[in-house]
Amino acid sequence: MRRGLAFLLLLGGCAGQQTPLAPGGEQAASLFTLFGLMMAVTSVFYVLVLGFLGWAAWRARGHWSRGAAPVVEPDDVGLSRSLVVWAALIIAGLFLLVGGSFVAERALASARAREALQVSVTGHQWWWRIQYRDPATGAVVETANELHLPVGRTARIELGAADVIHSFWVPNLSGKLDMIPGRANSVDITPRQLGWFRGQCAEFCGAQHAHMAFSVKVDTPAEFAAWLAAQARPAATPADAAAARGQRVVVGGQCAMCHVIRGTAAGGRAGPDLTHIGSRRTLAAGTLVNTRGGMQGWIAHPQAIKPGTMMPPVALDPADADAVSRYLESLK
Amino acid sequence: MSTAPDPVAAAAAAYTDQLASVWSDAPGLWGFLTTVNHKRIAARYILAVVALMFLAGMLALDMRLQLSQPNLNRMDPQLYNESFSLHGSTMLFLVSVPVMEAMAIWLVPLMLGQRNLAFPRLGAFSFWLYLGGVLMLWVPHELGITPDLGWFEYPPLSGPTYSPGHRADIWAQMITFTEVAALAASVNIVATILKMRPPGMTLARMPLFLWAMLITSLMTMVALPAVMLVTSMLIADRLVSTHFFVPAGGGDPVLFQHLFWFFGHPEVYIIFIPATGFVTAIVETFSRRSVFGHTALVLSVISIAVLAFGLWVHHMFAVGLPRLGNDFYTAASMAIAVPAGVQIFCWIATIWSGRPRFATPLLWVAGFIMTFVIGGLSGIMTASAPLDLQLTDTYFIVAHLHYVLIGGAIFPLLGAFCYWYPKATGRMMSERWGVIAFLLIVGGFNLGFFPMHVLGLEGMPRRVYTYGPEMGWGTLNLVATIGSTIAILGGLVFVANAFLSQWWGRPAGANPWGGATLEWAAPSPPPPHNFDHTPVVDSLTPMWTAGGTLNVMDGLGLEKREVLITSVIDAVPQYRQKSPEPSLWPLIAGLAVTMMFVGSIFTPWAIVWGAIPIAASLTMWFWPQRERRPSGPMRGRLR
Repeated sequence: MRRGLAFLLLLGGCAGQQTPLAPGGEQAASLFTLFGLMMAVTSVFYVLVLGFLGWAAWRARGHWSRGAAPVVEPDDVGLSRSLVVWAALIIAGLFLLVGGSFVAERALASARAREALQVSVTGHQWWWRIQYRDPATGAVVETANELHLPVGRTARIELGAADVIHSFWVPNLSGKLDMIPGRANSVDITPRQLGWFRGQCAEFCGAQHAHMAFSVKVDTPAEFAAWLAAQARPAATPADAAAARGQRVVVGGQCAMCHVIRGTAAGGRAGPDLTHIGSRRTLAAGTLVNTRGGMQGWIAHPQAIKPGTMMPPVALDPADADAVSRYLESLK
Repeated sequence: MSTAPDPVAAAAAAYTDQLASVWSDAPGLWGFLTTVNHKRIAARYILAVVALMFLAGMLALDMRLQLSQPNLNRMDPQLYNESFSLHGSTMLFLVSVPVMEAMAIWLVPLMLGQRNLAFPRLGAFSFWLYLGGVLMLWVPHELGITPDLGWFEYPPLSGPTYSPGHRADIWAQMITFTEVAALAASVNIVATILKMRPPGMTLARMPLFLWAMLITSLMTMVALPAVMLVTSMLIADRLVSTHFFVPAGGGDPVLFQHLFWFFGHPEVYIIFIPATGFVTAIVETFSRRSVFGHTALVLSVISIAVLAFGLWVHHMFAVGLPRLGNDFYTAASMAIAVPAGVQIFCWIATIWSGRPRFATPLLWVAGFIMTFVIGGLSGIMTASAPLDLQLTDTYFIVAHLHYVLIGGAIFPLLGAFCYWYPKATGRMMSERWGVIAFLLIVGGFNLGFFPMHVLGLEGMPRRVYTYGPEMGWGTLNLVATIGSTIAILGGLVFVANAFLSQWWGRPAGANPWGGATLEWAAPSPPPPHNFDHTPVVDSLTPMWTAGGTLNVMDGLGLEKREVLITSVIDAVPQYRQKSPEPSLWPLIAGLAVTMMFVGSIFTPWAIVWGAIPIAASLTMWFWPQRERRPSGPMRGRLR
């Protein structure tokens, strides 16, 4: 079964970072097992149906002539018995699948009893606000579009929505769950595999639903603790003149209206937190790779890259644009 | 030289002509606008559906081209979102449900040996309102106001804050139109089937297609009010700030989903159950034997209909409802596999034990079984609450729903079209081109949609206008595009074959396939009054048991339109009923309702003022017409 699924995977040449077929966590693994059971049982039934249909056509080959006199209500004792057997077979198959489904459902729920890391993720059009609690101070540590989780420990992701319904989905780690305004949902994730995974919004949420992705990094507990401590710190002070110029443009200009850079005067809340933007892999919710050029392009032409995004274009002269991208890049 | 004129034949011809003249429409435009002939009304529905399928198919092709490779810029997100919204809304609300009603409006009176529907003017009204719904969606589209939130528009995204303008209102009101039309058609079909069966056609002797349409119409009457309610609540939220779905105002966006899917899931079976009626009729005729397990098939249809109302939550497993409740809906959803499996068995068993002839209608049935069973089995996977969390809102669902709707309903519909085409037109469709169309459509469809299962399992969400090359979804998307294109070409071949066979087709005769049910007793194409005499039925397969001659009864009026009313269970003749004459009032009432529906997008007062012309036109519609008394002093002059 697994080999067959792996073949399906290869068929598409998938990168494997966003698929339920390559589980990297406990919940996704139990769902994958259930999927295997489903494939096995449903394949048996499909083969039975096709076989019966093929047999019926094969039997008919001798008399494909037209004009045969119709037979009215023939004696069908044998067929009637077969129908009962067939129905019993279906019911048996369903018991197996409902049972398997119930067991998988319990597996998803059972993690709840354990000591869990609390993370809050809020869906926005079209990005993800991610908040941790600093274990040292209890203060909220905010980032965006990049979720870090320690391996082997259950994380309870509290899901919320700021505007419309979104859906949180990291298929390699667990199934999706909707983020609905006015409702509190939570999904438990127990990662078992180190590395990068990709998540994407799975409920249509408007113009840029297609570009609402995020990265997930599963770290060792030590790496995770170090990462969280780094995220909790305020932004780095500019190390050179260009970065200092960039900071003046960002903090004194339009950017600060919507973005927070902790440790500076930039305190807008509408957009993603930029305190450690330089440490992230992607920009604009998985739309661009985070490079200095990508950053400049995004600031100057967001509507060309992600039409409909809430990010307005910011016209900067070339020296300022360069300085801003250098400054943001330095915010590790 | 010539034989002497046969007085019996001449009298029969005069009798037929007299009935035809009583039942025919006025010539020209007036007849076109006033007709209450069920066959003309159904033909209009079907022509509209074919045109809409073409338009929505072109939208699909456009979207497939956009997705055929990563990061294409053929369409911007707005255009893509409009395209899938228009495609889905058209296919679900303006094609799938109405086309099944149209088939019933055409076929039910013929299968009952009747001259018209129970409520002929209501039939005309339902078409005019349906046309209003079509125009409600497509005229604004031409004006650049296209709904852009999918075929179900969840608030808050469709609420006033996130969807200013009138796109969402147009979608919601289009639904009101089509659902009122569908309710009108359903009431009509239920009354016709229950009260207008020919003498002897007890419920136990009713062909499965009639059972299917009876159950479907009853389901429609229960399910559709839910969606009309929910879209009206959405319009109220948008127009007069009622906050039904606004959490800050005490509302709940999930309420919308419950009400929508309480309609939405039964709707799938409202589309599928008529298809089971087509399949049964085709299998029986082409296997040359009574269908195996008639009772089991009827019970399956009834149990599907009952279960259909108990599993809407399986569209909402990712909402985060209580887990134990989800498990209940998992079991209820999977239980559908039992009646559906029984049906599949009965059909194949009929072919197996008969002497089948694989003409195009039966080929479509074979294509239906091969394709639909995949959709049913993927449906079992999505019915599992935990597994659905990995499958829902991905391309796996896109594949599943197309396998179920196209494989499960459209393939049987195309088979039914080939099967009853000779009856409707008096000509045979070309078998050769029919087979070519079949191969192109079934092959292209499976090539186009099977890879989507894999795409969904590779993590591709639905409703994305593009994707990056790093996702590795390019190859399969290209295959899907090629397959869909082939299927659309096949569709064009099918339509061309149907169109040209009207002239080039071989004359069919009354019963070209040797069918067993009463519609084959009428001439092809049927005259305005369908049957000269009312057939009398003594079995499930009257055309086969009668030995070539069908018993008939007489006694309906020759001077005016009359139909026979029989009892609900045993179809014992009860009385003759006057059948309404053609009338312009259904059209005027339709226009009045249209004015109110369109106006109520803009102001709530439209409901108040719009009610006046509706009341006036309905009053005129039902204005009693004084019966000329056949006795008394006027008698001599009247004659």
